[in-house]
Amino acid sequence: MPAHSRAVVVAAQTDEPQGIELFLPAGYDLFWSSVVIVIIAAVFYKMILPRMNAVLDERASLIEGGIAKAEAAQKQADEALAQQQELLAEARSDAAKVREEARAEGTAIIKELKVKASEEAERISETAHRQIEAERQAAAVSLRTEVGALATDLASKIVGESLEDSARQSRVVDRFLDELEASQTVASTKEA
Amino acid sequence: MTRAGPNDHLGVLLSTYATSVILAATEGHEGEGGFHTPSISDFFPSAILFEGTIFQIDRLWIIRIIATLVLLSVFVIAARRAKVVPGRFQAGIEFLLSFVRVQIGEEIMGKERSRRFVPMLTTIFLSILAFNLTGVIPGLNLAGTSRIGLPLVLALWVFVTYWAVGIRKHGLGGYLKSNLFPPGVPWPIYAILTPIELLQLLIIRPGSLMVRLVANMIAGHIILVLCFAATQFFVVDSAGTGLMVFGALTLPAGIFMTLFEVLVAFLQAYIFALLAAAYINMSLEEEH
Repeated sequence: MPAHSRAVVVAAQTDEPQGIELFLPAGYDLFWSSVVIVIIAAVFYKMILPRMNAVLDERASLIEGGIAKAEAAQKQADEALAQQQELLAEARSDAAKVREEARAEGTAIIKELKVKASEEAERISETAHRQIEAERQAAAVSLRTEVGALATDLASKIVGESLEDSARQSRVVDRFLDELEASQTVASTKEA
Repeated sequence: MTRAGPNDHLGVLLSTYATSVILAATEGHEGEGGFHTPSISDFFPSAILFEGTIFQIDRLWIIRIIATLVLLSVFVIAARRAKVVPGRFQAGIEFLLSFVRVQIGEEIMGKERSRRFVPMLTTIFLSILAFNLTGVIPGLNLAGTSRIGLPLVLALWVFVTYWAVGIRKHGLGGYLKSNLFPPGVPWPIYAILTPIELLQLLIIRPGSLMVRLVANMIAGHIILVLCFAATQFFVVDSAGTGLMVFGALTLPAGIFMTLFEVLVAFLQAYIFALLAAAYINMSLEEEH
């Protein structure tokens, strides 16, 4: 049997669609296909895709949020660092200033104290000089009177009553004193 | 396989691949004994319930229902359990969804414009994929898209959509004018061009969408049946004869064709969704 006639027989036996009929749907085929597609589309439109998109959006916003948060934290950290460095620099300059001031102050105090000390020393030595001078004069004055009396006593003891004449006595004493003074001056100039 | 018999009534719409295979199938084979000849009747199994009404239920109906239930279960479970940090299962599902959104929607229509149509493209891509894959699943062994109803419904949806968005954007007149009288063409050419463009809009675009899909699935099924029926015939029915040797050829061919059908299942779903996006995008183009 040639292939062609056999195919015709087969087609006739099974009542299968031929040619263009293959592309013209039977009513039941169209009906059930529509039902199936409508169900699939409805579930995808109403449930699956909105749910999946919500999850995707949530993920995207989470990632964006995370990035924003990290950026904010980074910015904060940078600001803190800058602030810290500023404070540090400020503290350093403050410290330097304080040190400088302290040094200047110290120098000033030392200078002042030195001046004060030398003034004090001068004053003390001047007082001492004055005191010494005063004591010396007092000593000289008392010496003059005492030595005069002593010498007169001594001389009258030595020469007896002969010197009772007051005029003479006075002359003798004066001469004696002048000599004494002269010898003293000679002695002091010699000392000097 | 390529000779054109008097039976080539399938028209020029089919690819030569599909045509030659279908012709080979309808012409039958010289197999004797237990050899099962793959034929078009495979796609029209006898009714189980409601025969002759539009509610008729047959084996292909069961296959489509199973594919629908599996597809929806998988995605509903994924959507229910969707977390911000995805597991492996969710990552796989998200890969499929983002493939449609990015590789088909955004690639063809751009980010802004595609947003409205992503649910439609997703439904089209995933349902075609699921119904195509039933063709290689043992026990089902028949693609849900291998009978014209399903591809036709989907093509009709695309057809209505691209007309609707085109008319809504440009008005009926503007839409027809920009499509039927493309500017920059000398006016006598319109005599030829306009009927062709009208045919494009009305028949060729939806027709090629559905015929491409259904013909690929029919051809794939016939080749698979051919390979496995031949293996059965050579290895089991002809046991002990020299014909068993041919089983060493037909069995690997069947395995290879099964894998090839998986590829075709993805490819056809991709092409259908891609062209749907392209047709809708053409309706939305600004007037030139």
